[in-house]
Amino acid sequence: MLVLDRVGKTYPNGVRALDGISLHVAPGEILVVIGGSGCGKSTMLRAVSGLDTPSQGMVVLDGMVITAPHEQIGIIFQEPRLLPWLRVADNVGFGLEQYPKAERNTRVTRALERVGLTDKAKVWPRELSGGQAQRVAIARALVPRPQVLLLDEPFSALDAFTRADLQDHLLDLWADLKPTLIVVTHDVEEAIVLADRIMVMRPHPGRVYEEIPCDLPRPRDRQSAAFDFVKRRVLAALDRSLERAVITDDGETAAAAGGGLWW
Amino acid sequence: MSAVSMTASAEQAGVAPAAPKAGLARGLRPALGLLLPVALAVCWEIAVRMGWSNGRLVPPPSVIWQTFVDLAATGELQRHALATLSRVAAGFGFGVAAGTVFGAITGYSALTHRIVDPTLQALRSIPSIAWVPLFILWFGIFEASKVILIAVGVFFPVYLGVMGAVMSVDRKIVEVGRVFRLSGPAMVRRILLPAVMPTYVISLRAGLGLGWMFVVAAEFLGASTGLGFLLIDGQQLGKPAQIVAAIVAFAILGKTTDWLIAAIATPFLRWEDRFART
Repeated sequence: MLVLDRVGKTYPNGVRALDGISLHVAPGEILVVIGGSGCGKSTMLRAVSGLDTPSQGMVVLDGMVITAPHEQIGIIFQEPRLLPWLRVADNVGFGLEQYPKAERNTRVTRALERVGLTDKAKVWPRELSGGQAQRVAIARALVPRPQVLLLDEPFSALDAFTRADLQDHLLDLWADLKPTLIVVTHDVEEAIVLADRIMVMRPHPGRVYEEIPCDLPRPRDRQSAAFDFVKRRVLAALDRSLERAVITDDGETAAAAGGGLWW
Repeated sequence: MSAVSMTASAEQAGVAPAAPKAGLARGLRPALGLLLPVALAVCWEIAVRMGWSNGRLVPPPSVIWQTFVDLAATGELQRHALATLSRVAAGFGFGVAAGTVFGAITGYSALTHRIVDPTLQALRSIPSIAWVPLFILWFGIFEASKVILIAVGVFFPVYLGVMGAVMSVDRKIVEVGRVFRLSGPAMVRRILLPAVMPTYVISLRAGLGLGWMFVVAAEFLGASTGLGFLLIDGQQLGKPAQIVAAIVAFAILGKTTDWLIAAIATPFLRWEDRFART
């Protein structure tokens, strides 16, 4: 169980990026965090990863307070961040230095198989396409078998087709190992494809605005009416979080306004 | 008639190079750089042979070659070249060691950078030859002062290169190391070192170039061996062929050592995403 207890972050220049976020994430749950820019979603993710320490509150994983990067927590960034001087297989095995070579090799081979890049094992990162590079990054993060995997807008730099492809791919991988996933995104459709629960955040300072459960059966059909319904709900919440929609008692109006503002 | 011959020549020009082109072009590409110097040498040789110039102050290639061979036959050339080479090697070694250590520390630690870098930058702006009188007073006129002068010359490009490279290592890449919980030494070995490698090699080559420059300056100041001594000796005894022969030896040694560094570095830099020239 991953717990955020009143996690806040104030930067040295006085900017309050995150204001007391409290959150429970169950093992194996997929939580998608969505919100406009400046709502502190990346700040929150970095606090959970241990790369940044929160100024208030704490992050707790199974009773351990997280203050530095932890072996049970993996992270995937917006860019693949592969090490250009290592071949693909060595990049995937980067976090396995402490294991014997044979074990490392089998794990790397299996991970590359899973992301469908077996034939690229001996290739330099520069020879990969954007989608392939991000798949290598996913393999690298999954290979130490973390209990929690954080993804910071992982597919936002990719074209729409590759993005949809990798979303499905991520779900396949998740089904194998069932890690807890926290995905930060600004893409509503991506949120609904992935999430068990969607957390809408609002900016200045970043805090939780609304939580929307998302229990559509998997695999999810992006064209279905149910999908569209959740999408309208999330868009409406996003609009309200940014104080853009007219506040009415009629949910339909707000949802329609949200649909119109789909950008 | 002229039209016919033109077509013929055009056909020849168009067809002839087509078949062997790929293999030939590849094989000849390095040789392309030799075209200009060889052409100039041949022209000068012809000019002297034809008596258009007496070639006394600018000896033709054949005379230079003869001087070269004579010097080599007596073992003089090897002795002087070896003396120079060992001075450059020693100076380069010390300069690289100091430049790497100082560059790495000032690049890594902001505090050390603030304390040390301004002084080193101030020293850098002094023309290094200006140190010579002082070095001679301090270290005598023998090897020590020469090696130190060369080391000073090598130090600065290496220092600047390493410092710049360490300072500009991508924060995002360092974060990858942090995510995988690398210890300090592991971070240096697995992230920082490979990341600075390309710049490091360039600064080593720049340092080596300065080393060869400074060895001449050092050997002008009272040396009894070395290629620099051959230069001065040639000037004082009016032997321009000897001067040019020594210059040629410098060129060969400089180019060879530079190529050596590049060749040693190549396997470490194969990953680089280079803009390839064709």
